[in-house]
Amino acid sequence: MNSFFETVKTVPLNHYVILSAIIFSIGVIGVLLRRNAIIIFMSVELMLNAVNLLLTAFSVYHGDPNGQVFVFFIMALAAAEVAVGLAIIVMIYRNTNSVDINVLNRLKW
Amino acid sequence: MSIFYFVAFLSILFAVLVVSAKNPVHSILYLVLTFFTFTIQYVMLNAEFLAVVNFIVYMGAILVLFLYTLMLINLNKEAEPMKTNLVKIAAVLGGGCLLVVMVGALKALTKTDPIVLKNPDLGLVKNLGKVLFGEFLLPFEVSSLLLLSAMVGAVLLATRDKKTTA
Repeated sequence: MNSFFETVKTVPLNHYVILSAIIFSIGVIGVLLRRNAIIIFMSVELMLNAVNLLLTAFSVYHGDPNGQVFVFFIMALAAAEVAVGLAIIVMIYRNTNSVDINVLNRLKW
Repeated sequence: MSIFYFVAFLSILFAVLVVSAKNPVHSILYLVLTFFTFTIQYVMLNAEFLAVVNFIVYMGAILVLFLYTLMLINLNKEAEPMKTNLVKIAAVLGGGCLLVVMVGALKALTKTDPIVLKNPDLGLVKNLGKVLFGEFLLPFEVSSLLLLSAMVGAVLLATRDKKTTA
């Protein structure tokens, strides 16, 4: 495990921030690009994970375990969110026979 | 050092594939690979507890839930209608602008110190457990309440209502 960490020692904190920013932006693009509700949901998971990685990197950088505990809470929240969200998607599918979000445009005005 | 960049490249590649894959099942499988690269990142940051939790909760529970839902609602019969090219270009431009703004804000900060592990057992279960059950005991119990209410809500939402459908 020590040798693993030796490899990270030289990575600047900035690069972790940039990696997380790129993954987060890909998630945002996915939400804007796709019409399948499940894939939109997966893009949201991608964004959540980018933030998790960033919190862990900052936690290690500052030597503070609170950041990693926070990541643990985010994961618990994500599990709850996925259960409810997928139930809603199943209900939408049952009512409209598709998971295309354009069917839901009645909510627009 | 180069391992970090290789794994980072892999996670970006798989994340792009998640968004761009035509078949939803392929999309989910690419998401599994993306989360696996994140697990490798956690191991390299010496956050063992988070690596294990990420592996079990995300790859084991959440993605299996996604796959089950996808199999319950059989999407494979018709291809997903894609948005028009104009909307696609606008979406990529919007996401790119967000990325440029975030990286630009980072450049203004100019904080480029390398990450140095001050406390080698920072992310181990022993250390995190003490923090979790000491300082964060109340949020931990509240999160159990959150999970319970999410379970009740999911069951309530997903069961068919007999009065309206029968």
